[in-house]
Amino acid sequence: MIWGWIPRNGALIVGLLGEHLILSLLPVLIGLVLAVPLGWLASRSKAARAVLIPSAGVLYTIPSLVLFIVLPVILGTRILDPVNVVVALAIYTVALLVRSVADALAAVPAMVVAAATAMGFRPTRRFVSVEFPLAVPVLIAGLRVATVSNISLVSVGAAIGVGGLGQLFTDGFDRSFPTEIVTGIVLSMLLALVADALLVSLGRIATPWSQVCARAGRAA
Amino acid sequence: MNIVGWFTDPTHWSGPDGVPTRVLEQLYYSVLALLVAVVIAVPIGALVGHTGRGGFLIVGLANWLRSLPDFGLLILLVLLAGVHLIPVMVALLVLAIPPLLAGTYAGVSNVDRSVVDAARGVGMRERDVLLRVEIPNALPLLLGGLRAATLQVIATTAIAAYVGYGGLGRYLIDGLHRHIYVEMAAGAVLVAILALVVEGILAAVQRAVVSPGLRPTDSRARPPSEPKNEPTRADAPDRPNPDMAGVT
Repeated sequence: MIWGWIPRNGALIVGLLGEHLILSLLPVLIGLVLAVPLGWLASRSKAARAVLIPSAGVLYTIPSLVLFIVLPVILGTRILDPVNVVVALAIYTVALLVRSVADALAAVPAMVVAAATAMGFRPTRRFVSVEFPLAVPVLIAGLRVATVSNISLVSVGAAIGVGGLGQLFTDGFDRSFPTEIVTGIVLSMLLALVADALLVSLGRIATPWSQVCARAGRAA
Repeated sequence: MNIVGWFTDPTHWSGPDGVPTRVLEQLYYSVLALLVAVVIAVPIGALVGHTGRGGFLIVGLANWLRSLPDFGLLILLVLLAGVHLIPVMVALLVLAIPPLLAGTYAGVSNVDRSVVDAARGVGMRERDVLLRVEIPNALPLLLGGLRAATLQVIATTAIAAYVGYGGLGRYLIDGLHRHIYVEMAAGAVLVAILALVVEGILAAVQRAVVSPGLRPTDSRARPPSEPKNEPTRADAPDRPNPDMAGVT
């Protein structure tokens, strides 16, 4: 390790870190927004489930480098366009979350739904204030996997020239400079671990009843 | 030349850069890595799941390693050790072991306690409890871990072409460097087909070997025997449903 390299290239590293953050987290947001309605559909209709879940599995099976290369043809973008990476990772996120959301919504106890209906909740409000909150823990679990794997996958984009911290890998390889590669690996892992910890806290905040239950369980 | 032209051109089907050679190279790296990973990870995961000791280490390790950027790891290893079998194997093992370990551990430790007690009750020895009761009951999650590991390994083997390895990734990387888009597209199609075929085979294997009594696991809520000592992990992605254990 040549430690001096890191402060000398601080601006470059911070810039790539920012790019990495956007390239990995923007797809998570897009994927989440798309996956909730799709997962809801899959939890409601057998036919939708029979189409959506297997297609999600197939999309998820396609290796990232392949998607990065094929998407420009489908989208009509340039191969170096960051949009390719964002769309590819958003596809993975949707593929992963649709199944989580569908399973989580299907697992909401029928009694709870019936109770909400009996209390006068209309379907929309029942979904927003009863069914969806109960699906949050599973959704957070899915988001954690999607976020952590997206952060790792963005680097692969460096093989085609767009990859946030991954550019430290390719550049370090071209110049036979391990310090640069190690810096990229460590920062990418730190980013993933911080994002993961934030999602865990978000999950706790979003499901206050789970804390209450845990405390009640300990007291009893 | 369009992509159909590429696939029907006989020169692409023979020699060291032909499709059959590249497919075999790809399978060689992937299968070897997966075999070694199974030999290492399944016994450890099963033992930890059986004894219930050290589970938090496995879950922690699997979560931690999932954040490791495989592309960076591969480049670093090749830069330090050169392009030969060992660096790519180490990189692939680092990827393949966590999902297998987590899947085996989660599978074995989630087996209903009353089933395990019943096995002991009828006089089974510990070895038989593990091999004839816990492992068969753990198969859905264990094979889920294997499928996740397989996807990772195939995808990363394709990326290994970037640092000079063979395999189907060569078409992607060579096509990129030579600006021959059709070669890249052909490579992309081949890698995608390979991944889908292998995934299909594993899904069929899973259907064939998993006991019918365990079938509806996919949508089942978490079993009641979930270890109680890990409240913050109760919702953690340590239960590798095949779609959940990370991709490359």
